[in-house]
Amino acid sequence: MINIKCFGIAREIVQNDIAQFDVEKLSVAELRTIMNRQYQAFTQIKGYMIAVNQEYATDDQIIQQGDEVAIIPPVSGG
Amino acid sequence: MEGVNVLISDQTLSIDQVYQHVVHESCGGICLFIGTVRNRNKGKTVTHLDFETYQPMALKEMSKIGEQAIHKFDIEQIAIYHRSGFVGIKDIAVIIAVSSVHRAACFEACQYAIDTLKETVPIWKKEHLEDGSYWVGARP
Repeated sequence: MINIKCFGIAREIVQNDIAQFDVEKLSVAELRTIMNRQYQAFTQIKGYMIAVNQEYATDDQIIQQGDEVAIIPPVSGG
Repeated sequence: MEGVNVLISDQTLSIDQVYQHVVHESCGGICLFIGTVRNRNKGKTVTHLDFETYQPMALKEMSKIGEQAIHKFDIEQIAIYHRSGFVGIKDIAVIIAVSSVHRAACFEACQYAIDTLKETVPIWKKEHLEDGSYWVGARP
């Protein structure tokens, strides 16, 4: 099981702070595919980054059990 | 890293506290950028903002900006403070303070820090209008 923290518009799309996927490991690109299929509203926002262990991740990075994963929709601090 | 101070708080940010982090005997200049909440955006009346943060990662990214600023510019100290939660009109959302021996470096570093913060730090602003609310920058 991989838990994905959701913030801002992502939290509203998922309607929860956490999205759960029953997988052992997968790449960031695969996670995007699954997310976009399960929650089609993600394809209508400006895009999003994935953070793994509190660092921005690249699409080929592998996510494993125990990693802290988060969806980072377009940031707007300041 | 020495010379870098970061904070995210749901309480009013203190200009004096940020200033005290950067004031330094070797420095001849301090540059403060203060981001405040304005009452209009794109022709609509704004009532307040709500900031959501991914706090541990946001603090890491803010620290990185401070470290990069110290590498890139000839500055002594930098402090970056950001609000979370409900922020009213005229209230302070962000403060960046930089000290340097000569003034040019602190102006440049301050601009670099706020510009980079807006691009990389995982903080989200929900703008509340008289007739609804939306996440800023999220939709094309």
